[in-house]
Parts: sequence; structure tokens; C-alpha cells
Amino acid sequence: MQPILQALNVRKAYAQHVALNGVSLDIPERSIFGLLGPNGAGKTSLIRIITQITGADEGEIRLRGEKLKPAHIAEIGYLPEERGLYKKMKVGEQLLYLARLKGLSKADATERIRAWLTRLDIKPWAEKNVEDLSKGMQQKVQFIATVLHEPSIIILDEPFSGFDPINANLIKDEILALREKGATIIFSTHRMESVEELCDNIALINRSHKVLDGSVRDIKNTFKTQTYVVEGKGRLMVLHPDFEVLEHRERENGHFYDLIKLHGNTSPNDLLRYLIGAGSVEVHAFRELIPSINDIFIRRVQETMPESLVEELETVR
Amino acid sequence: MEKIILIFQREYLTRVRKKSFVIMTLLAPLLMAAFIVVPVMLSQISSNQKVVAVADEGNIFAGELPTDPSNDLRYEAVPAQLDAAKAAFKKGKYAALLYIPRYDMAEPKGFRIFSKENLSLNTQISLERLINRQIEAARMRQAGLDKATLDKIKADVDLETINLSDDGEKTSSTGVTTGIAYLCAFLIYMFIFIYGVQIMRGVIEEKTNRIVEVVISSVKPFQLMMGKVLGIAAVGLTQLLLWVILSTAVTTGLASVFGAEKVVAARTGQLQQATAPQAGTVAAGTSTPAASTVTATTAKEKENPAVKIQQSFVAGLASINLPLIIGAFLFYFLGGYLFYGALFGAIGSAVDNETDTQQFMLPVTMPLILTFVIAQSVIIRDPNGTVATWMSMIPFTSPIAMMMRLPFGGVPGWQLLLSMALLILGFLLTIWVAARIYRVGILMYGKKVTYGELSKWMFYKA
Repeated sequence: MQPILQALNVRKAYAQHVALNGVSLDIPERSIFGLLGPNGAGKTSLIRIITQITGADEGEIRLRGEKLKPAHIAEIGYLPEERGLYKKMKVGEQLLYLARLKGLSKADATERIRAWLTRLDIKPWAEKNVEDLSKGMQQKVQFIATVLHEPSIIILDEPFSGFDPINANLIKDEILALREKGATIIFSTHRMESVEELCDNIALINRSHKVLDGSVRDIKNTFKTQTYVVEGKGRLMVLHPDFEVLEHRERENGHFYDLIKLHGNTSPNDLLRYLIGAGSVEVHAFRELIPSINDIFIRRVQETMPESLVEELETVR
Repeated sequence: MEKIILIFQREYLTRVRKKSFVIMTLLAPLLMAAFIVVPVMLSQISSNQKVVAVADEGNIFAGELPTDPSNDLRYEAVPAQLDAAKAAFKKGKYAALLYIPRYDMAEPKGFRIFSKENLSLNTQISLERLINRQIEAARMRQAGLDKATLDKIKADVDLETINLSDDGEKTSSTGVTTGIAYLCAFLIYMFIFIYGVQIMRGVIEEKTNRIVEVVISSVKPFQLMMGKVLGIAAVGLTQLLLWVILSTAVTTGLASVFGAEKVVAARTGQLQQATAPQAGTVAAGTSTPAASTVTATTAKEKENPAVKIQQSFVAGLASINLPLIIGAFLFYFLGGYLFYGALFGAIGSAVDNETDTQQFMLPVTMPLILTFVIAQSVIIRDPNGTVATWMSMIPFTSPIAMMMRLPFGGVPGWQLLLSMALLILGFLLTIWVAARIYRVGILMYGKKVTYGELSKWMFYKA
């Protein structure tokens, strides 16, 4: 299937530094796509190119195979990291204004605004000035403004920073609902764990380069290390040559927590059988250690980066 | 274009609906009216009139006590003998006692003034003048000159100024011309300042509200800036129009209450002379009967200037090419605002808050202030001189300078057209520069920008 959005060899440089260097991406339609990387990696620069706020120095962005053009603005909904509203404007008027800037007719916009305000439970506040709203309500208004024109691509830059947990969950649910309706969602964040379970596909960006991309399942499979978590009670003695204890932690009352890596052609069942056969332990939990995106990112960066930069990165963390 | 209109509407409506706009629009004409009415009313009330007791032993006034032209003082006769006069002075509510002894006409001396508190220098001077005048009159009578002869000798000439040009002769009024020139220049100056700063504030507000990135993901930065600049211009024009309507209404209302000449005269800045007849009537009612004849003649004499001013005002207006002035005013009013407004917008985009604007404001406001200062001295004195001509060509100074020159006439058509064309070109240039700074600046947070960086921004790829 053709990806809805493609970046081809995009490069963007500012006076002092290069923000994006030869970045190519494919974003499949109706997916939730995570654009991940530390602060200053180039995520926002890429988003600003996609939203046509700035232009790329080299390369291009294609939407459904078509080179990006001004008319595409109406197809994209963007919630920037630096987001806000006109404080002295009424909620309803503000939404109407922002929707009409996206090209919606007055009648359409009014109707949709009413529906959204009702849906997110802020209807009574429509005639209030934005400055009278709580922060949580303002966030809802911002979200409505992002999706009001029913964009086929919704870009959310650091969407959950500043959201309280209740709103964050509400927005997550709304995002999933929008995906069901056919929208493609792009998350951009440096807090990788926050979107890990939501994303179907991700791209990791570091220092203006894309370091990794693909579906989350594939990536995790690639980075699996055949390591298992064993929790239980008793004295654990592993003397088998194919089972390597990476980490052993004693807990109170004779409980333990171990990370065991499988070598050769052994399977997790072999390990389990071995543990039970040993007789001296009672297994309470047994599961595969799946690397988090965060771990993968660090490993990937370590592989691709010169030593000095890795050290620098680690001291930062 | 459709989006510029949307932005224009928002900028216009949010500002026009603001309380501060409504208050300023209503208040300014009232304040202006107050500036005119209050002095007129004050002079009518004259609550601070001081009463001076006059003990005229030397019979200098011959029973006819004078009236004070400025209406600050009123004279009342008390017994002529000094002792009796002092007693009367102590009993009555007098500010001072003026004692005129018997004096020698050739060498008058011994005049004295008694007071409970120290007298103001003004009072003392007016009393001295009063006595001097009386003695001078008496000496003239001695020399065989009577008042009628004297009045005939006095000359009072008004120069009638006439513009002699190829179009024929036109009666003009330098006063009215200067007034109009000054008013036009002042309005443009104020408008650029007030509304230019509003553009800057609007841009900073969008930045600090963090709304700007949402907006420019829907419209081009240039559209946002143009919509804002034009929207605020419309606000300014609305205010100007309302001011004209309201102050006309207020002035008309006042004229019906206080009498037309006075208000018109007050408007032309001749308040003092205009109130003089009024002072005369007040004094006539209170002073001795004999004094009323004197008052009547002074009143008649004094009424002339007010009428004359009115006539010359009308004549002055007639001498000015009003359609040209109004048309040019609107052009320079808008053109100057747009030229500077673009720059103010660029400044707003380059900073995070208003306190950081200082370093960039100075080079923008300097030419404006300078023109206004120079306009009041050099251009007014020599409206078609070299300085005036050059300043009315350069877009930075032309809106004010040209409006200062135009009412005086004598600006060749080609100069006016060239100046206008240069202003339009200048505007296109500033809006181009501003748009380039703007599109980078609005997304720049938490960074103090230098001039060097600003100049780099201009050459970034969009």
C-alpha cells in the first residue's frame, strides 16, 4: 500500500546547525506513527516542513504521492509543542476563526464546533473567554481546534506534556477513535515510553539523522535478546552452559529476580523445565524481556555513534 | 486573500469591541471639548476676582473708576482721606487699598498700596499701569489733546495676506494654514505611533500566547502580518472617523450653548481676546454707572478681533485646496502607517516581550520623532525650502513633512506624485523586509536577537 506521507531525503539547515540531514520516512495510512528522538534531534523541524511552515532545503515531502502544495494545509491538523489560544477571545469564536482559516465554511464549522464541545463536555464554556478556562479545558479546546476540519493527517507534537492524566487518556481515546475513522496520526515526542503502546510504526531521529524506523513489532523482534525475567522463591543455581544469568537480585524472604539469557538452540521451555527440575526454586513469574523503545534507541545510538558522543549522551541522561 | 480577510476581520472586531477602544473614542472628543469649554467657563465665573479699594484723594480718576481688562480686579471707591480709607479698608473685604495722594502732575509720587497680605506682582504691575495711563491721559489733556483726537491718531492695521500665483489671487491666512498643517502632521504622527505599537503588541501577544504556530500552519506568515496590519489600520480609521463626527457634534452642541463666535474663536486659539468682551460686560454690571461708557467702547473695540478671526478663518479655509488636503491626508495617513506598521510588526516578531523591544524601536521611531521636531521649526518657517523638499520625498519622513508643506501651497505636482510613489515603494520594501524577519522571528522563543541575526533572517529560504 502506498504510504499517505513520504519524506524523501529531506535536509534543512539553519545558520548554525543542520536540523535534518537526508531524512526519509514512509508513514502508512491509518497508522499511528511515532516520531521519536531526544530534544533538538530535528523532530519539530521535520513537522514544520510537513505543515508547510518552513520549506526543506533539499528533498521533498509527498502526500499521497503528490508533492506538498498549499492546498494540502486543509488535510493536516497540527497541535504544536508551543501551543496556546487567544486569551481574550471566546471559545466558540476562536474555534470558528481557526476552522475558517483552515478553509471550513461558517455553517459547517459552527455545526462541528457544537458537536465537539458537547462531546468533550465543555459546551457551557463556549461563550467564555479562553482566559477564564482551566488549563485542562484549554487543552481540550486546542485539541478540538486541531481536528475540527477533519484532517486526514493529525500531527501532535509532544501531545501529553502538560496534560493531566485524565485529559491525556481522554485525548488518547479520541485519537484512537479518529484513527478508526481513517485518520493517520503522527506523534512526536522525546518521552518515548509515553507513546510506545499507542504506536504502530516509529522512526527514531537523533542529531538530524534518522537512526531507525519500521513497525514497532518488527523493531522489537529485531532487538530481542533472548533474555527472560524469572521471579520466584528459593535458592537459584544456574549451572547450565546455555543459560547465562545477566542479573541476579535477592529480595526479602528468599525471593529473587533474575535476568537469564538463552544461548544456542535452547527455548524458553527448556529454561523453565530446567528451573523446575532443579527443585530448589518455586517459579512465580516467567516472561520474555522485551526491550523498550528507549533501550532500543540507546543501543542503536551506541552502535551508530562515535564513542565520545555516546559518553556525552550518557552523561546527559 | 480570503484568509487575509478572515484575519483582518478578527483583528478589527476584537479591537473595536475592546472597552479601551470605546472609552478612548468617546472620551477624546469630550476631553478636547473640555479643553475649550473649561477656560471659557472659568473666565465667566471669575471666582478669584479681587476687590481693590481706591482712596482717590488726588482725584486722578475724576469719579470714574476704571475696569480691569483682564477682569481679575475690581475697583471700589472708599473715602478719599487716608485715615477714613484705612478704616473702611479694615472693615470691608478688600484685597488691597490703593491710595492716590494729591500729586504734582510734573513729578507724580507718593502713591501707595496697602494690603493685608503681600500682593502678587501681577496685581502690582496692573495697578502701576493703571495709574500711569491715567497720568498720561491727564498730561495729554494738558497738552491740548482730547480722547477723540487720540483715538483718531491710533493706528490698527491688519495685513491681508494674498497668494499670488498662476491661478490668480487668493486671500489666505497664515494662521489657518499653519494650524491645518500642524493638525494633519500631528494626527499622522500620533496615528503611526499608537497603532504601530499596537501591531507590535499584537504580534508579541500571538507569540506569548503560543497561538502563532497554530495559525501559521493554516496561513502564510505574510498573510497573517498583512491581515493584522490592515485590520489595525481599519481600527485607526474608524477611530478617526468617529472622532471627527463626535467632536463636530460636541462642538456644535457647545456653540449653541455658549454662542458660536466664542467657540469658533476658541478653536482658533484666540481664547484670550475672545473672552475679553465678556469680561467687559461683567465689569459693566458692577462698576459705577459712569464707567459703563468706557466699558462699552472697549467692548466694541475688543469684539472686532473675534469677528476678524472668524472672517479670516473662513477666508483661510477658502484659500486652501481642501479636497487636495483631505485626499493627501488620507493617503499619507495610511501610507505612513503601513510603511512604519510593517517595521513595527517585524520588531514584534523578533522579541519575546515588550521590554526587549527598546533596542529595535529606537531606529524606527527616531526618524518619526525627528521629522516632527524639524517640521515644527524648519518646515513651518520655510515650507518649500531644501530641507522641507527633501524630507517630503524620503518615505521615512514624507508622511509628516509633506502634510506640513501641502497646506501652504506651492508644492509642484511632480513632487507630490514622486513623494507618493516613493512612499508606496518604501512600503513594499519595508513589508518585504518585515515579512522575512517575521516568518523566522515568530517561531523563535527565548532568545535575545541581535541586528546581525535579523539581517541573516532576511536571506533564509522560506
